Amino acid sequence: MFKTLAKSVREYKKESLLSPFFVTLEVICEILIPLIMAILIDEILANDITSLVLLGSVLLGLAMLALFFGYLSGKYSAVAASGFAKNIRKDIFYNVQTLSFANIDRYSHTALVTRMTTDTTNIQNAYGMLIRIAMRVPLMLIFSIIMAFSINVELSWIFLLALPVLGLGLFVIFKTAIPVFRRVFDKYDTLNGYVQENIKGIRVVKTFVKEDYEKERFKKNSEDIRDDFVKGERLVALNQPVFQFALYAVMTAVSVYGAYIVVSTFGGYNAAGNPVWGELSTGNLSSLIIYGMQILASLMMLAMIFVMFTISSASAKRIAAVLDERSDLKNPENPIETVPNGAIDFEDVYFKYKKDAEAWVLEAININIPSGSTVGIIGGTGVGKSSLINLISRFYDVSKGRLEVAGHNVKNYDLDVLRKEVAVVLQNNVLFTGTIAENIRWGDEHATDEEVRHVAEIASAHEFIMEFQNGYDNKIEQGGSNVSGGQKQRLCIARALLKKPKVLIMDDSTSAVDTKTEGKIRRALREDLPSMTKIIISQRISAVEDADQVLVMDQGRIVARGTHEELLKTSNIYAETYAMQQTKEGGAND
Amino acid sequence: MTKKETLMRLIKGLFASNKKAMIIVLISLIFSSAGIMSISVFIQLIIDEAIMPALTQGWSTVSSTLFTILTFMIILYSVSVIGTLIYTQIMAKIGQHYLDDIRKEMFEKMESLPIGYFDQRSHGDIMSYYTNDVDTLRQFITQSLIQFAMTLLTLVFVIAVMLYYSFFLTLFVAIGAFTMFKVTAHIGGKSSASFKDQQYSIGRLEGYVEEMMYGQRVVKSFVREEHAKKDFDKENENWFEDSKRARHYGNILMPILHNIGNLMYVLLAVLGSVLIYFSVTNVGFSGIYPFSIARVGIVVSFLSLSRQFSQNIRMISQQAPMVGMALGGASRVFEFLALEEEQDTGYVKLVNCIEHDDGTIEETDKVTNEWAWRHPHSDGSVTYTKLKGDIVLENVDFEYVEGTPVLKDISIYARPGETIALVGETGAGKTTITNLINRFYEIHEGKIRYDGINIKKIRKPDLRRSLGIVLQDTNLFSGTVRDNIRYARMEASEEEVIEAAKTANAYDFIKHLPKGFDTELSANGENLSQGQRQLISIARAACANTPVLILDEATSSIDTRTEALVQKGMNQLMEGRTVFVIAHRLSTVRNSDAIMVMDHGEIIERGDHDSLIEQKGIYYQLYTGALEME
Repeated sequence: MFKTLAKSVREYKKESLLSPFFVTLEVICEILIPLIMAILIDEILANDITSLVLLGSVLLGLAMLALFFGYLSGKYSAVAASGFAKNIRKDIFYNVQTLSFANIDRYSHTALVTRMTTDTTNIQNAYGMLIRIAMRVPLMLIFSIIMAFSINVELSWIFLLALPVLGLGLFVIFKTAIPVFRRVFDKYDTLNGYVQENIKGIRVVKTFVKEDYEKERFKKNSEDIRDDFVKGERLVALNQPVFQFALYAVMTAVSVYGAYIVVSTFGGYNAAGNPVWGELSTGNLSSLIIYGMQILASLMMLAMIFVMFTISSASAKRIAAVLDERSDLKNPENPIETVPNGAIDFEDVYFKYKKDAEAWVLEAININIPSGSTVGIIGGTGVGKSSLINLISRFYDVSKGRLEVAGHNVKNYDLDVLRKEVAVVLQNNVLFTGTIAENIRWGDEHATDEEVRHVAEIASAHEFIMEFQNGYDNKIEQGGSNVSGGQKQRLCIARALLKKPKVLIMDDSTSAVDTKTEGKIRRALREDLPSMTKIIISQRISAVEDADQVLVMDQGRIVARGTHEELLKTSNIYAETYAMQQTKEGGAND
Repeated sequence: MTKKETLMRLIKGLFASNKKAMIIVLISLIFSSAGIMSISVFIQLIIDEAIMPALTQGWSTVSSTLFTILTFMIILYSVSVIGTLIYTQIMAKIGQHYLDDIRKEMFEKMESLPIGYFDQRSHGDIMSYYTNDVDTLRQFITQSLIQFAMTLLTLVFVIAVMLYYSFFLTLFVAIGAFTMFKVTAHIGGKSSASFKDQQYSIGRLEGYVEEMMYGQRVVKSFVREEHAKKDFDKENENWFEDSKRARHYGNILMPILHNIGNLMYVLLAVLGSVLIYFSVTNVGFSGIYPFSIARVGIVVSFLSLSRQFSQNIRMISQQAPMVGMALGGASRVFEFLALEEEQDTGYVKLVNCIEHDDGTIEETDKVTNEWAWRHPHSDGSVTYTKLKGDIVLENVDFEYVEGTPVLKDISIYARPGETIALVGETGAGKTTITNLINRFYEIHEGKIRYDGINIKKIRKPDLRRSLGIVLQDTNLFSGTVRDNIRYARMEASEEEVIEAAKTANAYDFIKHLPKGFDTELSANGENLSQGQRQLISIARAACANTPVLILDEATSSIDTRTEALVQKGMNQLMEGRTVFVIAHRLSTVRNSDAIMVMDHGEIIERGDHDSLIEQKGIYYQLYTGALEME
């Protein structure tokens, strides 16, 4: 997991190393300061002005250096952490671009967004901490211990003995608290989901006069969370008194025992009236106290860092999973670079999304589509229509059997070429922020204005586009919220046509278009693009009536095929659906 | 609300229900910080009062002094630990209870806000009160508040002790503190400005990523991956520059403050030794005497005091942004809580009744399944009107924003049991009409009468209880299928629930769910298909069993067979009820008693199917497919 993430450091290796390097220098300066200070204090007692000035300047220099190093490490860590996050986000985004539909199916789009936002931010924070504070704290701890020991070994043992006791205490506290918090945060998500549900459904809540009922439900959930939170917070709150207790115990022991050592090893006063210290001077005792506080505070910080990392490791795991995802579609070694025509052949094709799934999604599919012909596919939801056409542009690979486009197995084509030549207007129609023209040009960036207009005309979109204030330069808002469902679908058809594909697949792409316009689009397609193979999936029989052949699908199989007239006689499902729609749509076509 | 008021309201809110707790917390806090504070004082005492005399006179002369100091020390330390234990435990509880109160208060407020509030804001916006704002409060209450109080308290202690020792040295430390504050203000200002930039660029980046991830399948089918990467890189690079700058300021503040503290510490030592060397006179609350070697303890304790001092200032500047954020969040929450609630001045109530043979109506407490409007009059008399479902709109005008009329002179007469179809383009005003009938919005001009009573006189809950709705967005709630069906009437019996499901044509598919009516629905019923969700929402309206229904037919495509089920369910539901239907299906329209064709807030054609077809107007065009029905 960390290996995967570490690859994203790349060009920020230098900064990632410089930051801890300068932190180390800063820590060294900071450690030296109390040490020299102790000498200075003793010199005050010795009343020696020259060494006072000398030591004073050394100290000032050290403090300035520490400031400088601290500044540098802060600067580099800012670059390193931001850069690391930038690269991680980039790697996720780039990797998603290489993935197949089958890979993406495993993640919801919001999950992927979260990987690139919240999760990446968590990692960024943790990384910034790792190369600075997490570096500083153990260094501080080690240096402080070394310095303490260099002053007085016996007293320093007191600190060292306190460490494991305090460490164990903190560890136990956090270890018990972390699962409580995990649980609480899960519940918290549920509560927020619950609020969301109420915001979205406020009309229903109010119409059915359920405000009080909802309040009561919310109250129960909120209080449940509160009680868990209290439990967790109380556990964590314990670390403060525990820390204070350790601190006080150590301080008491050190001052008493320290006083004893100072006095019992005192060498009396020399001729000049200056004290001759034994194993420990009073100045040393003060320094020792400072080191002691530093040691314990460092340990406390370590515990906090441990908690931070535990929390962010969940994010790291989630990110690594996306980064490790590899596309299960491979481009062939010597790909075919052109698709000669739009003929399509399914030969005994079987398909399922997951290898270990029991049931086939598609079974024994045999279809022969001559180039330039029109094929209609009819069937209820979930019978495998979309799955079938997703195979043609190789969004998924067939599980068994053979699928050919223009006489070549689709696996032998270059993926990009195949997808350019087999255009799919998906059920899930998405327009992007930008102008109408920009959206249509997704099909071909370099298309001229005339070409854009031409495809818009075929898709019956030109007229309504011209009704917009800015015509083709009118902005499409995020998610295409400023165009109606039918208009959106027509723009999507125009977009696909601009690719000048050999095969056009329309997956229920005219459901929101009125029947008259739908007929117009079909006619234009037939007349203007006779050589293009057209596959039309629809719920409406009227959309496939004039196709060269119509396939009726049920439960992953083709249960009937033929022309409209033939099917009315041979297929019960087809005839029934037709009858139902005739009465429903009434005189819609008269 | 100013920041100070916000803070005061926060603190008041925290301790409002528990004044005793506040006093206990305050006392514990004082003891707790006194302990931490006194560490250096005790060291100095031991050096000055025990070690130094002992050096010349031996242990025996100081043993009682030392014993006294130690006793005090242990007592104070123990009290301090206990104090810490007490206040941390109390605060953990108080804080979470307060947050819980705030959450509940917000939710209750939300439930009583008018629909207009929800229509004018994105859901994410409202959600953000619960997530972002309450989260900043949580951090503030569990971490910053006490830390802040503790730090301030410690600072007061430190300053008091410093003044006790020496005015002059205190002044020196004060200058250092002033520098630190200036630096914090300067860098902090830059930092928060660039953090704002960073928030903005991450927002843009998130918007881009969101769009691309949502449209990932389209990106792939149009082989636009390289494009997407290029655009993404641009946004990501922008963010990087902003983040780098923001973090830079954030990162350097602490080391700079830390080392200004170090500088102060060193300068103080040098200054101290110079003062001793020249035996300058010291003035403090402890007395007036010259600095001397014998009183070196003053300088030594000042050193550690200055360390504590700068440490605390650092803590404050570390907490400052969190406190700022929390106050921002708190003021947003308080603003939300101060929003005006939906008003209700209605006084006509819906009551159970018994209708006698002579046509008189008698109110009863029993459940009779017969309802009447109880209408008290100003002269003290009460009349009863049978609930029938007769709805009349008379010359209704309406505008959401003053000056831009949405509905103009709308009159509709719906007799009990009639179906009124509203037809027209998006934005023609169809949904608005339904919003007025259940008083989600107040009409501007004209009258709406329900069974002859002006709906302004009817209590809103009672009015709404008499109206059922089935909307395009099905809006199911987490819970079992059964709870969703009997949502309007939790007291409905099992038979009634099953009956409603059968009416809606939903019974068959529910029976085939893994746990039948006990199947748990996830958020908005995502584990069901679109058609199934619709069936349940129809069953919900059937179970509510209201005389008037508002239907908004779904436009999204469901397969023919499910659609037939939904259609049939709708038809069964509509039977015998007054129905306003925003129609998308021609069959629905054709079977309606009256069709209102709407355009730009006006009814431009009205009549039944046959007469409208004969007119060969807009309706004719819609019907023949020449115009899109949205």
